[in-house]
Amino acid sequence: MMDLVLTITAVVLSLAAGGAIIRIARGPSLLDRVLAADVLLAIVGAALCIDMAVNRHLNNLMLLVAVSLIGFVGSVTVARFVADRREQPRES
Amino acid sequence: MNPETFTVDTVIDAVSAVFLVVGSLMSLAAAVGLLRFPDLMTRMHAATKPQVLGLFLLLAALGLQMRTWWVWPVLVVAWIFQLLTVPVSAHMVGRAGYRTKHLHPELLSTDELEAVVQQAAGTRGFTDDDGDQPAGRR
Repeated sequence: MMDLVLTITAVVLSLAAGGAIIRIARGPSLLDRVLAADVLLAIVGAALCIDMAVNRHLNNLMLLVAVSLIGFVGSVTVARFVADRREQPRES
Repeated sequence: MNPETFTVDTVIDAVSAVFLVVGSLMSLAAAVGLLRFPDLMTRMHAATKPQVLGLFLLLAALGLQMRTWWVWPVLVVAWIFQLLTVPVSAHMVGRAGYRTKHLHPELLSTDELEAVVQQAAGTRGFTDDDGDQPAGRR
């Protein structure tokens, strides 16, 4: 049963990573790309979790925490220094 | 439903298999939401699903698969760490998105910040009138 679960989750996570990469590639603004990169990191963390659960080991747990920490620091930093560089900013 | 085939082990395996599949479907839901929603705020709504609920389901499946009790505090610590960092980064991204106007105002049901922003702009116009450069708005 675990082989079937591994196949299903591999397909689902591959589709999800493809969607997130498409949004990174054509995101209209920088914040959309940051958000999609965050989702991509969450997908990587999900893949690490599934590997640990299927193969019954705990080697990736520190890597999982480090990945979430990197996503946090990265998105906070980019969101702090983002600026509006569009030619026609929408009037509020 | 005889006890030879329907043991506790298979029940735990089935529950964790369901958790794994549902937790990875959260990632797929986030990707679909990223591709189809119109602006930054609605995409943020979709993007938080795998970060909290998806990770919870996957860590619960991991704890069920390990069959030991001492892993549960470690998994809870990992999940609470994610639970503390995700709202902060979402707040920062949402605030930057509001300030740089990456949103469609006609899609918002309520804009609770607008009155505050108008009032702050009004009082700041009275107190100091040095030119505010866009880098100093935050």
